[in-house]
Amino acid sequence: MSHRLKFAGKKLVRIALLLLGVSLAAFLLMSASPLDPLQTNIGQTALGSMRPEQVEKLRAYWGADTPPVQRYLGWLSAALRGDFGVSLLYRQPVTQVVGQRLCSSLGLLVFSWVLSGALGFTLGVLSGAFQGRWPDKIIRGYCLLISSTPAFWLALLLMMVFSVWLGWFPIGFQAPVGVDAASVSLTSRLYHAVLPAAALSVTGAANIALHTREKMVEVMGSDYVLFARARGESLGLIVWRHGIRNVALPAVTLQFGSVGELIGGSVLVEQAFSYPGLGQAAVSAGLGSDMPLLLGITLLTSALVFLGNLTADLLYGAVDPRIRRGAARR
Amino acid sequence: MKSRNSRLVLLILTCALLAAITVAGVLLEEKALETDLSRCNEAPSAAFLFGTDWLGRDMFCRTLCGLSLSIRTGALTAAVSASVAFVLGTAAAILGRGVDAVLSWLTDLVMGIPHILLIVLISLACGRGFWGVILGVSLSHWPSLARLVRGEVLQLRQAPYFRVAEKLGVSRLEAVRRHILPHILPQVWTGLLLQFPHAILHEASVTFLGFGLSPEQPAIGVILSESMRSLTTGRWWLALFPGLALAVVVLLFSALGGVVSVSGLGRGEGSPAPVS
Repeated sequence: MSHRLKFAGKKLVRIALLLLGVSLAAFLLMSASPLDPLQTNIGQTALGSMRPEQVEKLRAYWGADTPPVQRYLGWLSAALRGDFGVSLLYRQPVTQVVGQRLCSSLGLLVFSWVLSGALGFTLGVLSGAFQGRWPDKIIRGYCLLISSTPAFWLALLLMMVFSVWLGWFPIGFQAPVGVDAASVSLTSRLYHAVLPAAALSVTGAANIALHTREKMVEVMGSDYVLFARARGESLGLIVWRHGIRNVALPAVTLQFGSVGELIGGSVLVEQAFSYPGLGQAAVSAGLGSDMPLLLGITLLTSALVFLGNLTADLLYGAVDPRIRRGAARR
Repeated sequence: MKSRNSRLVLLILTCALLAAITVAGVLLEEKALETDLSRCNEAPSAAFLFGTDWLGRDMFCRTLCGLSLSIRTGALTAAVSASVAFVLGTAAAILGRGVDAVLSWLTDLVMGIPHILLIVLISLACGRGFWGVILGVSLSHWPSLARLVRGEVLQLRQAPYFRVAEKLGVSRLEAVRRHILPHILPQVWTGLLLQFPHAILHEASVTFLGFGLSPEQPAIGVILSESMRSLTTGRWWLALFPGLALAVVVLLFSALGGVVSVSGLGRGEGSPAPVS
């Protein structure tokens, strides 16, 4: 047990260092930007009509005149105390904005994550078990097609078919337009999240299915499956006894490793559906040069990705006893 | 199994089609910007295969132009990221533990930031222009190939001929050029081809979000984000055809990569896992 704690501890230290690196990299990139936050958000004409004192005050607000090193150190020391600054666009603390946005995104993300994993795994196992036959061909074709399709276009397509043409689902947003946010019911929210979740899951499943299929093909070609066939086991039994158990491990790792991809997809899908989640906030922060908010979102999403990878590493040991280092030493 | 010859024919046909799209897009650039208010919002017909938009621009020309731009940026970014992957992967394997640790940390760092966000950040740093997108896409796609190259070079390092060369006092750069480059190059080529689809998709995604190209430029991402505005009014052709065309081009590139990596035109069995 102790060596596993040590392993996790080491990984956590590495994650902390990586997050520090992420914040520094993101900060450097943003401060290298030649875009003037005043010009992008207020506009040349409005700036021209202001008094110089006013412009000066705005410059100080957007942090345009403090040197970058000082700004980074100031931000870092505040961030370590849990204060990530104030979002310049929303005029609220970053933690608050991110918290709100994460709440509306989290349901979407978790649902699509589970669905894409289950769907991808099932399709992958089926396709691998029937290698070369028609189920395999159909599934592979589907996966290739989906992975060549940009996620946002799929979102537009779904909207076109199900919202505009058939009229089954609302067009974008998280709630009906013109209704007070507090009075929106849960069913209405779920109703609005169906299409974005579908777009995300369908794109996520393709990649997982292709990888699972590859592993499954490997397993089906192994000696123990050949022996099982010789014993007269049915295909269903072989898949159940030998296939799924051996494929589950890489599939789980892949699933936890796909967090980054899912978040990337959610940025696009949320933008396409005007869904007010984390991804959409990231886009508006980027377009509006809202440094504190973009920095906060980048850090949070990277932390999620690293934690996903860590979980995969730890699960590996838990699921497969052969990989535990202590067990191997004995 | 398809024979090697039929694969070769397929390969040549695909290449020819892609090249034709690229050239046609460049030639049609002026026509794509032409506005004609007498033919606004026309549905697809024989004269305008993909219809026209609210300024009466021919969507077929615009789509071809966008595809051509996508292919050209895809080629540039895939080339840059494959070179970065080759240099960093080889450096990590050859230059000792310290460099390896730093580079593997850097690889983890780049892989840890979701691609779209990293591209947005880099494009911001470049002032949100065409070059921002190019740099963003090329600097976010190297890690998986770099890992693959590192693993390969670590193995090659143990080969007798490399160790003999080291003992004979051949400089590292020379040894890499003579004994490692020829082995790794096919893999880098395959990796480059396999990166093409991802590069194209990411370029379209980032321009869709509004980073990168200016709104009047006919890029697929820009066209699709414009089409969002007329989605509710039932002008389905504005979104359907450009996206479909992009998907077809990406599929062709995936097929190309698949053919090359399977048929051993590039030696590689170890084609890198699809990256997002």
